[in-house]
Amino acid sequence: MTDLSTAAGIPPVKTKRAVMIYSRYERFWHWSQAILIFVLAMSGFAVHGAFSFVKFGTAVTIHSWAAITLIVLWIFTTFWHFTTGQWRQYLPNLAGLAAVIRFYAWGILTGAPHPYSKTLRRKQNALQSLAYLSFMVIIGPALWSTGIVYLAYPLWAHWAVGTIGLPAVAFVHTAAAFMMVTFVIIHIYMTTTGKTVTHYVRTMITGYDTIELTAAEAAYLSEDEPGRLGT
Amino acid sequence: MRLRFMISGFAFAMALALGGGLRAEDVAEQLSARPPSPIASQKTDGLKGGTADHTKFQALKGPFETGSDVTKACLTCHTEAGAHFMKSIHWTWDYQNPKTGQRLGKHNVVNNFCTNARGNEGMCAQCHAGYGWKDDTFDFTNQNNIDCLVCHDTTATYYRLPNSRGHDACGVMFEGKQPIDLPKVAQHVGLPGRQNCGACHYNGGGGDGVKHGDLDSTLNAPPKALDVHMSPEGGNFACTKCHVSDKHMVSGSRYDMIARDEKGPGQPGARRDVATCESCHSAKPHDKPSLIGWQLDTHAERIACQTCHIPKIARGGVATMVDWDWSTAGKMIDGKGYALEDYKQGDGKERHTYWTIKGDFKWAENFVPSYQWFDGRMIYTTIDTKIDDSKQPVPINAVQGDAADPKSRIWPFKQMHTRLPWDPKLKSLVYNHLWGKDDTAFWGNFDMVKSVAAGMKLENKPFSGEIGFLPTVSNWPITHMVAPSSDAVKCGECHAEKSRLAGLPGLYMPGHSTVRWLDLIGYAMLAATLAGVVLHGLARIVLGKKTHGEA
Repeated sequence: MTDLSTAAGIPPVKTKRAVMIYSRYERFWHWSQAILIFVLAMSGFAVHGAFSFVKFGTAVTIHSWAAITLIVLWIFTTFWHFTTGQWRQYLPNLAGLAAVIRFYAWGILTGAPHPYSKTLRRKQNALQSLAYLSFMVIIGPALWSTGIVYLAYPLWAHWAVGTIGLPAVAFVHTAAAFMMVTFVIIHIYMTTTGKTVTHYVRTMITGYDTIELTAAEAAYLSEDEPGRLGT
Repeated sequence: MRLRFMISGFAFAMALALGGGLRAEDVAEQLSARPPSPIASQKTDGLKGGTADHTKFQALKGPFETGSDVTKACLTCHTEAGAHFMKSIHWTWDYQNPKTGQRLGKHNVVNNFCTNARGNEGMCAQCHAGYGWKDDTFDFTNQNNIDCLVCHDTTATYYRLPNSRGHDACGVMFEGKQPIDLPKVAQHVGLPGRQNCGACHYNGGGGDGVKHGDLDSTLNAPPKALDVHMSPEGGNFACTKCHVSDKHMVSGSRYDMIARDEKGPGQPGARRDVATCESCHSAKPHDKPSLIGWQLDTHAERIACQTCHIPKIARGGVATMVDWDWSTAGKMIDGKGYALEDYKQGDGKERHTYWTIKGDFKWAENFVPSYQWFDGRMIYTTIDTKIDDSKQPVPINAVQGDAADPKSRIWPFKQMHTRLPWDPKLKSLVYNHLWGKDDTAFWGNFDMVKSVAAGMKLENKPFSGEIGFLPTVSNWPITHMVAPSSDAVKCGECHAEKSRLAGLPGLYMPGHSTVRWLDLIGYAMLAATLAGVVLHGLARIVLGKKTHGEA
């Protein structure tokens, strides 16, 4: 992605514009993943024995097929991230992290302004990108790698006789599942911390948010991607 | 409760006790609602119809004085059958287990029902496929002593009686029997049906369903829900459809089991050695392609087919015995033996809960089996075993197997608990001489020191002269009464906190097995997170500051 803000000849005047910052694919990915994770959590904890409103066999079937669907979704999404360059959004940027944490812990209660502004290039604040990074490189992989191994138990069951193979896989999978649910709780709560309680959710549904654009960015968008500019 | 006093001492009880075994009219009475499937209609392993009509053989026209005369006639054509049959355990009652080296067979073992056949042959050998074994004078080399008809009669009119009369008081049981029309039976022989095998195998332990829990007279005409294979509405299999044989050697002995058959069906007709489920259904029989089917095939590597497909024991309406206390045997009322009938089983028939000759009983039906890892080996507590009675109950047959051994699978068992006579000084089981016309037999004299001394003397086994009663348990593998697949044990009956397999070692079962501290930390983390966001949200509301999200 080219750095537009320093493009020559354009004065650095900033304007507030409604811009599509979450593309159609990104929103499809987000919401289908949300549904699948909800289904996986419910069926997974049913398999774990936490609920009994769904029969064990049914829970296993649902959990397995939801997992397979999510794996397919992730394969597409990984492809999307690398072809669009959006993977850079998750690069950790620790500068400003302390300020963001301070804001959510205290500033939000006292009416302080948010220390971070979304930009066209960088949709996530420092805390967000760290949280999503850990979601995508720790919790997610811990779940899907052990999940695939767990699901494929029939392929290695023969060698697992008398070993701790299965309990070990189940342990990591369960531990990661607890972390996933913790992430989801915080994630959902954080959606209420926007300008209005539903602001962030609406953004993730429509894809549009009002952000500050540099003149160069505004010019670029109206020239090359007019569809992304809202009214 | 019904209380029955014995006519002339305990004679009436004896008649009840001993007559139930093989009398065709008893079986018919129990199953009046569902007539047994005609033997000729049942599907067997062998040829249907054959190539000979036995009514046309001159040798079978009779007249025959005894069953043995019929055998002589059989052997004139089936010249090798006698030699073959004499090698079978049905004849020898003697078996050496090649895996454990133990000498077993009915002639040797002590069980925890009527304890021992040894010394009681006059009664017990009613179920020996031979004529006249009542003591050590029986000639095991004389082919004419073989009883062909008990297995091959298709008229359901043939029956056997004990080989000796026992105590005088037992005479009543020989009366009132219809004489057997031997020429008719001889001319109507065929491959064995369920009734033939069942005459003995249903009645092990002294009555219908007593011993096994998965074998009783309901299998003569089982509804499909009771047994898919044997039901006339299902496979209508005779026993021999699965228990294939070669030269009269029948496969599927409980003494040496195949707990995990990895060979499966083999080539058509190739396997003559096993009666395993896999020999027909293969080792991977579940739905394909199906995720659950794939998982279930993997279950089958560690879990016997029977564990899921036989959901409960004794489902047909005939109860099985689960507890016997020999220590209370011999009680009298006014000098008379008596019996109590305090258990009414599913088909309405009352079963004895006390008998002067035997002691106290408990019954059960339609109950969940016990489950154990099993590799096919059982170590028997024999008459020669020095018993370690520090752990009670002492197993009569200890099921061998281990979760870490791929040859072991989880099997269902019926457990029988008995307080069994033993020698507490020498710490050994005892042979009890129950049946006989002499003054030592327990059934007649009710002196157990005397009857055990006589039983032990027969085999020259040491006896201290003291009798105690040892809590024992025997394990009976459950393998019959296979339910329709829709009635198979559901996943959640094991994969749950309250699991059928709870307590079995070496298992990781999702839904049942958990790492406690992981769950504690996990749920605590979730609770703390929830509390955290709720408090944070409340603080925002209370402080009433306008939210300032990102611009």
